[in-house]
Amino acid sequence: MRTRQITALLALGASLVACGSSDPEPAAQGGGDGRGPITFVGGKFEAESVQKIVDAWNAAHPDEKATVVLLPEAADEQRRKLIQSAQTKSDTGDVILIDAVWTSEFAANRWIDELKLDTSAFLPPTVETGRYRDKLYAMPMFTGTGLLYYRTDLVKEPPKTWAEMRRICDEVLPKQKGMACYGGQFDKYEGLTVNFSEAVASAGGDLVDASGQPQVTGEAAKKAAQFLADGFKSGMMPKEAITYKEEEGRVAFQDGKLLFYRNWAYGYEAAQKTDGSSKVAGKTDVAPIPGLDGPGAGTLGGNNLAVSAFSKNKRTAADFVAFMTSTAQMRAFALTSSMPVATAAVYDDPELIKKYPYLPALKEGILAAEPRPKAVRYGDVTAAIQESAYAVVTGAKPVDQAMTELQAALGPLLQP
Amino acid sequence: MWGRAGMIGIALYCLVPFYWMVVSSFRRTSDIYDVSPLPSPWSVESYDAVFAEGMGFGRALVNSLVVAGTTTAVTLVIGTLAAYALARLRFRGKNVILALVIAVSMFPGALLIVPLLKLFTSIGWINSYQAMIVPSMSFALPLTIWNLTTFFRQLPQELEQAAMIDGCTAFAAFRRVMVPLAAPGIFTTAILAFIATWNEFIIAVTMVNDQDVQTATVRIAQFTGAAKFDTPFGTQMAAGVLVTIPLVLMVMFFQRRIVSGLTAGALK
Amino acid sequence: MTGRPRGQSWLAAAMLSPTMIVLALVVFYPLVAAMRESFYTSGQTLDADGFVVEGERFAGLANYAGVAGERFLNAALNTTLFTVVTVGVEVVLGVAMALVMQRAFRGRAILRAGILIPWAVPTAVSGLMWKWIFQADGVANALLGTEILWTADGPWAKLAVVVADVWKTAPFVGLLVLAGLQIIPSEVYEAAKVDGASARQRFRRITLPLVKPALLVAVLFRLMDALRVFDLPYVLVGPRKHSVETLSGLIWDEATRVHYGPASAYGTALFAYIAVIAFVFVKLLGADLLSDVRARRKEARDVG
Repeated sequence: MRTRQITALLALGASLVACGSSDPEPAAQGGGDGRGPITFVGGKFEAESVQKIVDAWNAAHPDEKATVVLLPEAADEQRRKLIQSAQTKSDTGDVILIDAVWTSEFAANRWIDELKLDTSAFLPPTVETGRYRDKLYAMPMFTGTGLLYYRTDLVKEPPKTWAEMRRICDEVLPKQKGMACYGGQFDKYEGLTVNFSEAVASAGGDLVDASGQPQVTGEAAKKAAQFLADGFKSGMMPKEAITYKEEEGRVAFQDGKLLFYRNWAYGYEAAQKTDGSSKVAGKTDVAPIPGLDGPGAGTLGGNNLAVSAFSKNKRTAADFVAFMTSTAQMRAFALTSSMPVATAAVYDDPELIKKYPYLPALKEGILAAEPRPKAVRYGDVTAAIQESAYAVVTGAKPVDQAMTELQAALGPLLQP
Repeated sequence: MWGRAGMIGIALYCLVPFYWMVVSSFRRTSDIYDVSPLPSPWSVESYDAVFAEGMGFGRALVNSLVVAGTTTAVTLVIGTLAAYALARLRFRGKNVILALVIAVSMFPGALLIVPLLKLFTSIGWINSYQAMIVPSMSFALPLTIWNLTTFFRQLPQELEQAAMIDGCTAFAAFRRVMVPLAAPGIFTTAILAFIATWNEFIIAVTMVNDQDVQTATVRIAQFTGAAKFDTPFGTQMAAGVLVTIPLVLMVMFFQRRIVSGLTAGALK
Repeated sequence: MTGRPRGQSWLAAAMLSPTMIVLALVVFYPLVAAMRESFYTSGQTLDADGFVVEGERFAGLANYAGVAGERFLNAALNTTLFTVVTVGVEVVLGVAMALVMQRAFRGRAILRAGILIPWAVPTAVSGLMWKWIFQADGVANALLGTEILWTADGPWAKLAVVVADVWKTAPFVGLLVLAGLQIIPSEVYEAAKVDGASARQRFRRITLPLVKPALLVAVLFRLMDALRVFDLPYVLVGPRKHSVETLSGLIWDEATRVHYGPASAYGTALFAYIAVIAFVFVKLLGADLLSDVRARRKEARDVG
């Protein structure tokens, strides 16, 4: 009796193992082109304002209601969850919110579907982040780029070039105790890729050229890397900036420890708070970031909406994407949240400009901004960039060596 | 004197970082970066945020309790059975089984997630309690079995033999004599297993999407600040304190059981 | 001996089968599936239209190539160093905690709960808490009067990770040893006292030998956990930082970038490494883990 049970158990174990060796679930691939209730999967940021748009959709579409599923806050966790859903071909999420840099990977793996939607209302660079091989896969929703935060009480005219910035610092800093010149995000994470590619673009170059070849041993990339290396060596950038992510640097700036700080637009409201948390309230403004010979070029950030390839109700999902990103909804969103949206009209809206005075500077920045390299294996590309850029900012390797290594590492990763 | 100094040192090492966590949870979001030893002013802003409507944190705590409680109970029952068999019964292949049980704790957990997710998807366990309970048992069981096996081995054999002479079957001797004697080990293991399951994150976040089934650790990871890059440190610390308190109460409640067993004079 | 062992093996099978079922379901299958993955490759090539070529392909031992690579060896060294240091400190601290927790005095319940608090704080939250403490202008630097960059890649990051890990896991050892202490009859101590043994002698000759089985189980499980650690360095210092990258951290990093083949290969290598260490540990000290303790208890009495 028991022997039989044990044998059955062993057989069960064996069959489970056998399951593993052949790929199961053949059916679900492709999803369905129907209409019906859908799920929207996104990170929890700006949840309340997002929920308002979803409520508006649900009121108008009682038979095709959308439910919101929240993902963990950390971007890596979100990506892991979304990829796992795709690998199990789960239709848990019909519409998913993805980081702009994931578009190529998700599209190439057929995890998201091509979209046939009108993109004329958006700022052109944001639309580009939703494309893979000239086809639209993700609709721009949120966007953003680096801005230069500076102290209006100490700086008359924001610098246009790195040399100007250094000159201003040389004038101002001797009289300011405990203040460093410039900070950005230089910890070893995605922010370092953003800051490094921003520096390269601001020096007039590209990490990757139009044909998809890495260009980090070129003149511009080397000058950018040299700017960062010298900045840390000379103390122009404080040494603790190699531990900065967005928040650490923002707090340092608000404490008066930095004269210039590169950050996204979200830091503006916090810097102007008058409840005592910011020592620079009323003394802060933003400008486009400086460059080598003239104004710099920021890196585009942002999140886009995509329709999961495994959705059963793709027509509803596509309509939902169009609804969420419609000018009316995006304007309503902008009124309640400082998260920058991709809709062009928002940046020329007098009411919104009154609320967020940085909008014109931000628009200028976004139009000049460069996307990060488009790559199916973006995770590997950004890891390689971080590896070399971190070696540069920590002084672990000379610029030439770090850039030569990066050029070699990026080559095979960017192969089509 | 020496003992007292050591005692105070240990208590400080354990409690000071936790104290910092509590203090941080009572600061306002705007002065969360302060390093003063006490919050000024005190604020329950972070706790309000934890229990904000729509966050469902209370519900998440209940889910954690269900998952950790069930896992601990089931693990203890089947683990105690297995440990007794390994410690006291005579059969071949004991060491092989002990090795199998512990081998489970040698493979990096990160790699087991995707195959497990595929398995649970195909048997329809996604968004269920058992999808969290059963995998959690896999890390609670080895410790339970190994710990209790050594425990049972150390107990004197005479007691059990006496019980069997009195007419008890082997199983009755186990239930009536051995289990009560091993109480310190069983309660210790229970505390360890409960805490480990209570704090589990990766399995819970992978297997469950439905808000109504999510556990507290998953919910904490969803907390966000005012902006995308703003880590809601105060809120997470407040949630951390709230998640820790039930465990502290449980330890205080069960700790008396840890010293029962042999000191009760059963051996005399 | 003829009838009973047979009867006992049936009872043993009955008592062991629930455990075996659970382990087969949640470990055996995923484990074999993951090991199988280490011999395959998928998703690494694109077709002419830019889509990833689907399906997987047998790759032989190609995924194992990285095991000899610099990154893997660095991670292996970090993992080993981390394990030796943290487990060593935890044993000393854990035994001290157990001795403190065992003493009878008012407020013992509160002290016990206090000592166990670190273990009760969820790892994700404690990682965040330590990151907060160790950040550039955090409270650690404020108290020490230093300007150390604890969370930047470098030797200080190793120290930060060890401090945070010991804080969290020493109570685990403490509690298991405390349970082991309970099994020592007080008469043994009394007899030794009567014979004039000093406190130190009593600890070395009675407490330590008798608590050894419980301590060894605690150390064995801590060893295996420490060898697989990744979340603490990951949260506290960050992924891909050479000075604190552990083997599990490396595996996690590869898996999040969808390199399941190499990740599984590294996982299998780590599995083998841990298995060897556990085997050696049990072989060297197994007499204490796997045998009856009464013989030694008699010995202790004789010594006393």
